[in-house]
Amino acid sequence: MDAKERELLQLIEKSGRLETSTIAKLMGISEEETKQIIEKLENEKVILGYSAIINWTKGTDEGAVTAMIDVKVTPKRGVGFDKVAERIYRFPEVKAVYLMSGVYDLSVSIEGKTMAEVGRFVSEKLSTIDSVISTTTHFILKKYKHDGLVFSENEEDKRIVVSP
Amino acid sequence: MITEQTSKYLSNNVQAIQPSGIRRFFDLASSMENVISLGVGEPDFVTPWNVIEASYHSLEQGYTAYTANAGLLELRKEISRYMRRRFGVTYSAEDEMVVTVGASQAIDIALRAVVNPGEEVIVVEPSFVSYAPTVTLAGGVPVPVHTYSKDEFKLQPEQIEAAVTERTKAILLCSPNNPTGTVLSISDLVKIAEVVERHDLLVISDEIYAELTYDEPYTSFPAVRNMRERTILISGFSKAFAMTGWRLGFACGPKDILQAMLKIHQYTMMCAPTMAQHAALEALVNGQKDVVRMKESYRQRRSLVTHALEELGLSCHIPGGAFYVFPSIEKTGLSSEEFAEQLLMKEQVAVVPGSVFGVSGEGHVRCSYATSIQKLEEAMRRIDRFVKTL
Repeated sequence: MDAKERELLQLIEKSGRLETSTIAKLMGISEEETKQIIEKLENEKVILGYSAIINWTKGTDEGAVTAMIDVKVTPKRGVGFDKVAERIYRFPEVKAVYLMSGVYDLSVSIEGKTMAEVGRFVSEKLSTIDSVISTTTHFILKKYKHDGLVFSENEEDKRIVVSP
Repeated sequence: MITEQTSKYLSNNVQAIQPSGIRRFFDLASSMENVISLGVGEPDFVTPWNVIEASYHSLEQGYTAYTANAGLLELRKEISRYMRRRFGVTYSAEDEMVVTVGASQAIDIALRAVVNPGEEVIVVEPSFVSYAPTVTLAGGVPVPVHTYSKDEFKLQPEQIEAAVTERTKAILLCSPNNPTGTVLSISDLVKIAEVVERHDLLVISDEIYAELTYDEPYTSFPAVRNMRERTILISGFSKAFAMTGWRLGFACGPKDILQAMLKIHQYTMMCAPTMAQHAALEALVNGQKDVVRMKESYRQRRSLVTHALEELGLSCHIPGGAFYVFPSIEKTGLSSEEFAEQLLMKEQVAVVPGSVFGVSGEGHVRCSYATSIQKLEEAMRRIDRFVKTL
């Protein structure tokens, strides 16, 4: 990856909403070149998608319950943890799956409307998979920071309007 | 309002100086709402967290007493290492350095240490608002040397020649410059150094923006041949480490001059705040990554703003450093004060009139791009709308 690609990625990682023309100006390159870099990075699956980070607890009645589940599994011969992980990540409720070192094997992030809904998923779908030995569910009570973004009121600009 | 009665109590020096032109503009801008400010001379980043933590730790450990007058020796040693590593100039932490309350105080004590009544100090304009008044307060006479946009606001050696008299003591340089963003290259500095040496001048080199240069490696003035022994180097933590409110700067230079400055510092200020010194130490030891991160962001915004101004037809050179652009507004037919005031009233965008930085700043405005991309884009849209109504 060259320096321009890296710079572009850093820009859109911070704000996926930046228009191509703005990215071009920020980087001091042409719009055409900017489009080409983006296209290349998309094709190479370096850019996997563009999403927004939403604080669902604000301005909406929709409850969003997130749980982190520690899962111990028996790895399958020949495919290790990958097949079990795949069976788990195919569920639409599952937002993330990571293979972990330490006392458990997979960390699974689940999102549901209610705690009961998440509980049902764990007891009926996750725990019943053959290889799953045990699960420990931790509900997220409050998000302070996610993906590098702080979940609090806007940090106001404390500078005076005009200064030397 | 100063009455005759009170005026007789005031010193001639203080009566000779005017309040900063920025002050009036600040009052006006502060009274309005929803202002997008391009008028700020400081980073929009908050001080890196590890630096803030270091000051908490300092207080928790009970460091609430004075430090040595010249500053914590540990900090001075780190400044010495930093200056050698980053800018290739070496100073003794023991007797060639003083930690000050911001670079502003360093400039003040430098001038007071060297200027005798009536001696002249060349001030390169457009300049930071406090240079000329600080010379006056030190009893000296500021002699403005004007630089022009056609030269990208670079000081020409022959201009120094023309300004030097038998009373000239020193020249005050600032590169990268506030408000123009101009950076003097090594060849510019060498040419200036020749004149400085010929006339046996002292140089006070304000290098507070040295970390924020974008195109070429930075050359510190004392690194130029024969200049170390005739230069007082001024710098600080405000701009590079986003620490403006901490008020922490430093001066380095030849031992005798620094010891003279230290005398003024110890009698007037005692020492810089202790917790801020511990924070600065952390900034030097572990802060370089943050400097690079912030600088990268400024560089991108510089590109955004210079492109936008070009599209608006407000010409400006591409500044090599700091976080200001200084576009010409001459084609609008307005003075810089009128332009800034009308822009503020009609579109709620605050820029600083170039005239507050000296006569040669007239016809320009200072726009700081230390503001978010979204705000910069909106500000440029508003400036575009404003210019089209003229």
